[in-house]
Amino acid sequence: MTLSTEKKKEMFWMMLLSRRLDERAWVLHRQGKIAFHISGIGQEAAQIGAVYALTQGKDWLVPYYRDLAMLLAMGMTPTEFVISLMGKVGEPSSGARQMPSHFGLRRARVVSHSAPVATQSPHASGIALGIRMDRKDEVVLTTIGEGSTSQGEWYEAVNFAAVHSLPVIFLVENNEYAISVPQEKQMAVKSSADKACGLGLPGIQVDGTQVFEVYEAVLEAVERARKGAGATVIEAKMYRLTPHSSDDDDRSYRSREEVEAHKKKDPILLAKNQLIVEGLLTEAEYEKLEEKARAEVDESVRIATEAPYPRGEDAANPVYAEEVQHV
Amino acid sequence: MSEITLIEAIRQAMDEELARDKNAFVIGEDVGVRGGVFRATVGLFEKYGPERVVDSPLAELTIVGVGIGAALYGKHPICEIQFADFIFPAFNQIISEAAKMTYRSNGEWTVPMVIRAPYGGGISGGLYHSQSVEAFFTHVPGLKVVIPSNPYDAKGLLKSAIRDPNPVMFFEPKKGYRLIKGEVPDNEDYIVPIGPAKVSREGKDLSVFAYGMMHHYVLQAAETVAKEGIDVEVVDLRTLYPVDRETILESVHKTSKALIVHEDNLTGGYGAEVAATIAEWGFKDLDAPVRRLAGPDVPAVPFSTPMQDWFMVNPDKIAKAIRDLAAF
Repeated sequence: MTLSTEKKKEMFWMMLLSRRLDERAWVLHRQGKIAFHISGIGQEAAQIGAVYALTQGKDWLVPYYRDLAMLLAMGMTPTEFVISLMGKVGEPSSGARQMPSHFGLRRARVVSHSAPVATQSPHASGIALGIRMDRKDEVVLTTIGEGSTSQGEWYEAVNFAAVHSLPVIFLVENNEYAISVPQEKQMAVKSSADKACGLGLPGIQVDGTQVFEVYEAVLEAVERARKGAGATVIEAKMYRLTPHSSDDDDRSYRSREEVEAHKKKDPILLAKNQLIVEGLLTEAEYEKLEEKARAEVDESVRIATEAPYPRGEDAANPVYAEEVQHV
Repeated sequence: MSEITLIEAIRQAMDEELARDKNAFVIGEDVGVRGGVFRATVGLFEKYGPERVVDSPLAELTIVGVGIGAALYGKHPICEIQFADFIFPAFNQIISEAAKMTYRSNGEWTVPMVIRAPYGGGISGGLYHSQSVEAFFTHVPGLKVVIPSNPYDAKGLLKSAIRDPNPVMFFEPKKGYRLIKGEVPDNEDYIVPIGPAKVSREGKDLSVFAYGMMHHYVLQAAETVAKEGIDVEVVDLRTLYPVDRETILESVHKTSKALIVHEDNLTGGYGAEVAATIAEWGFKDLDAPVRRLAGPDVPAVPFSTPMQDWFMVNPDKIAKAIRDLAAF
């Protein structure tokens, strides 16, 4: 499906907004205003490309902790994200129980995930099993880092989805590092997409810095899944432009030259240049988008700063479903 | 009323709930055509088909992890782990995911799921077909832990578990699957609520707390010592988590002496929680130290019969422990 100009510009806007929001989180951390941040900088193209291949309100997202751009595109507001950074009332994923970026957004069919990696993958297969049982044409997109594909949970999840031809897209966001450990210490194959052939389903590689290429690849997999042809593994290759988290110092395991070289292939720059070359965006329009992003981020920080903290005793529940008041 | 075995009670519970609830389904190893290695699901595949009685790959975390996903979608999975000993590959999914989902999503997501697993020794199963694993799970808020001791409770509790909106660990005493028989109402949709323990034998001299197979043995031992003039009250704990402290303390208040029996290892076993409950809130009622009779602190039950017998708690060992406590 060819993307309209409006859609392309919208996708670029979501990437840009996510980037500026993510950058502000790093600033807030340095200012001592938040305790922790884990970043998606460098991964926005893959995230936006993939999530735009879904039908919102119908399809399911089972994300991991770098998927800020996906969450924004699925409907989490920048203010909700800053509130999550600060652990305040109104935090939509967990009521401020989880660390920031441990996402979940029921209203958009974004499933809650945790910190032990790859635990979300079998849930995607289980949701898809439910979809199959109910004869629905919904699909599930689940994401993971390349390091986490070393976990047995990922293999088991992919295997189950392959055995039952379930409507799941397993998107691997290969950013080259699992904290400090590079890909060659995670796997002997060149791409995590190569793992798919041992499990009996297609494995596709795509340039994860090119938002529209990712969109095309994921859309094809979504269409396959929707018509009952089964699951796909897609590896989107990119680079983690920041340290693992606000508690990491990446100078101890990779050179500045390496990082700088990758900044030239920053997915935001690539998308911007493509839109300008295609005549879909002008520098003036781009400056306006930057201004708009800055204003939205500023406003989100202002609102979140004024938001109250939960009471200590709010931590007492809900442990069991019977204690849930709003369901 | 009909007299049926424990395993038949479990099968009936699943059959009736599959018929009642179109979202309920069974998933596990060999649960389909084979009807389960213990025959707990016999006939269900033929009746409900392969989509509602799912033969899983030979991978326990798949069974539980996929079950959680299906529950998030709105299904009510009944996951079978073939032996409790094999539950540990799924431990991460149970502890990190199922147990915490409601809390960590502030109630946005819940996991209505049952995990059934046969547990316990005395069946020549050796180290890896004999373990009792309940204590790993009775430490975990967000889970409910249930162990029935007889067909009536097994059927009623399993039906409650399947209808429960939370993850429920349902451990079945496999030695009792065919050994333990009991009356179950015909054509009656009854349930036994998760939570309350039950005084299964009234007595005045001392209280014995047990569950599962050990509860069955405790009743036998109580009859033996009754002939010697010791009047034992027996409490079937049934639901281990959340714990029914009230029933435990009421019984101790009445008898002033307490013995806890389980076949799981002694140290850090469930008996420690019952003993702590009594020590903390029932101290003034006690006429004797709280006693525990449990499996020894070796890693698991050995295969060879004399060594298995050495490990296992049995009615004779229970009767002796009762006599000792009665004489204190």
